[in-house]
Amino acid sequence: MNRIEQKLQEDKKILSIYFSAGYPNLNDTVQIIQDLEKNGVDLIEIGLPFSDPLADGPTIQASSTAALHNGMTTQILFDQLKDIRKTVSIPLIIMGYFNPMLQYGVEAFCAKCAEIGIDGLIIPDLPVDVYAEEYKATFDKYGLINIFLITPQTSDERIRFIDSVSSGFIYMVSSASVTGSQAGFGNVQENYFKRIADLNLKNPQIVGFGINNAETFNQATQYAKGAIIGSAFIKHLSEEGSGKIADFVKAIR
Amino acid sequence: MLYNVDEKGYYGQFGGAYIPEMLYPNVEELRQQYLKIMAEPDFKAEFDQLLKDYVGRPSPLYFAKRLSEKYNTKIYLKREDLNHTGAHKINNTIGQILVAKKLGKKRIIAETGAGQHGVATATVCALMGLECIVYMGEIDIARQAPNVARMKMLGATVRPALSGSRTLKDATNEAIRDWINNPVDTHYIIGSAIGPHPYPDMVTRFQSVISEEIKWQLKEKEGRENPDYVVACIGGGSNAAGTFYHFLHEPEVGIIAVEAAGKGIHSGHSAATSKLGKVGIIHGCKTLLMQTPDGQITEPYSISAGLDYPGVGPMHAHLAETGRAEFFSVTDDDAMQAGLELCKLEGIIPAIESSHALAVLNDKKFKPEDVVVICLSGRGDKDLNNYIEYFKI
Repeated sequence: MNRIEQKLQEDKKILSIYFSAGYPNLNDTVQIIQDLEKNGVDLIEIGLPFSDPLADGPTIQASSTAALHNGMTTQILFDQLKDIRKTVSIPLIIMGYFNPMLQYGVEAFCAKCAEIGIDGLIIPDLPVDVYAEEYKATFDKYGLINIFLITPQTSDERIRFIDSVSSGFIYMVSSASVTGSQAGFGNVQENYFKRIADLNLKNPQIVGFGINNAETFNQATQYAKGAIIGSAFIKHLSEEGSGKIADFVKAIR
Repeated sequence: MLYNVDEKGYYGQFGGAYIPEMLYPNVEELRQQYLKIMAEPDFKAEFDQLLKDYVGRPSPLYFAKRLSEKYNTKIYLKREDLNHTGAHKINNTIGQILVAKKLGKKRIIAETGAGQHGVATATVCALMGLECIVYMGEIDIARQAPNVARMKMLGATVRPALSGSRTLKDATNEAIRDWINNPVDTHYIIGSAIGPHPYPDMVTRFQSVISEEIKWQLKEKEGRENPDYVVACIGGGSNAAGTFYHFLHEPEVGIIAVEAAGKGIHSGHSAATSKLGKVGIIHGCKTLLMQTPDGQITEPYSISAGLDYPGVGPMHAHLAETGRAEFFSVTDDDAMQAGLELCKLEGIIPAIESSHALAVLNDKKFKPEDVVVICLSGRGDKDLNNYIEYFKI
């Protein structure tokens, strides 16, 4: 069983953290992952930086751009992660846009992920139908889970389709927005979370976008299996550097 | 060989809709509706009437006598520069604003580089009384002040794109982000033959009025519908798509696309995507794309703000790959000289984009009996400062 699926069977709310690899410093990647695990984070999304991250708000755009300026590349990220499984056992996901993967070669990319011990991928601009038709076989061959997004505008019919081709979990985008652009959840989100919970999908849902503190984490996980924090963690890294990760995680739960 | 889009939204291997799930409902709605809407009689009637009475179509097909003498061939200019707002861009914005109205959208967003598409979008929004927000790179805002003022006079809000290189590519990213943030009431009017399916096809169809007119105009003047060559400049490729459209499947018509080579194809300051690009994904479509070996999108350069886009429309990528179109790359210097030559020989000041198309006359030898139609996509008013600086006028 894939580490993601295993982790999701645990009887707890999942805290997932996203960060841009190569930020704040090029070689912070491994240390950040180790510190996140040490402080009780359940799942980590390692952001592969891209020049044109069109689903991301200003915070992740800036960390992504800074990481590229620091010299981050796909190959450097793989080199940094080559021994990660000697020290880290929680599930690791690479989240990135499709073009860098396409240039690396999708099969080569997947093979490298499997070799390192990456468990899954999140590729916001690879649509589910293209994935199912062209790439699913390759992902399956290397035991990689591809995670798909749903949003408040996604129809029930499409959610059921996405559920049917998904494994691991479904990434539930909390509101119509790019990353990092909203603070707090209102009735609209609550109704949406309930609507999805009532669909009784086969895959658990993890909520992302707009989660930035204990309050929003608790609200999101009332109806979902877990929640993802990205921009708020990157802001913390920008302000405090990579030395105070424990403070950030403890403030969430 | 088919050069039109297939039912899955591809041109050969290029095209598709590589979009985040957040955009799926809007793009899917558009995909399901655009052909139906465009076929409705009241839509067609309003589109045709606006093109005629508001844009000033048909645009003339002008026999350029002195230019023809100089190059010893028969050159016709398709005068898109005479359209309202000064370029071909308005053909598409008229079409898309009518689609947006049919879809019940209340708010329009657009991206712009030099400002021509922004002005054309602001114009149709004023015409229809819809809210208009135009994203424009911070750097472009500084160097295209007159067009920024035009958009503001027309009632649009111009929002600076502050990310990345702060030019057209980033303005497009910001417009896409706006659409993600406003998924219900907003229509995104993309200005070129790029973006996720159905945009490249929809924009091409609205621009195809250019080649539709060329056919009957040439019949009147030459007694035949098909020229020997059609020539157009290419950035994203909307005027080219419209100029080529009705000739794609006429094998006797040579298709010539002219890209911006900037300071030289291999100078590091170029926008010659067909030469420098590799297959990649930008702004929702798979196409030829200028990028690093690591898949990061690189910043193109051209003296012409309308041609410095790092990708090219997927239809054009397919035309390049199959060899259906012949691609030329023209440097800043050659384009500027060709622009000045048109001023002196024909009394027409062309947009620098269009000057690139004209410059092909130096690079390709046409026969005396050849009929060559060049799309004069826009007028040069907006480029006056560039011309002044370049020629020290």
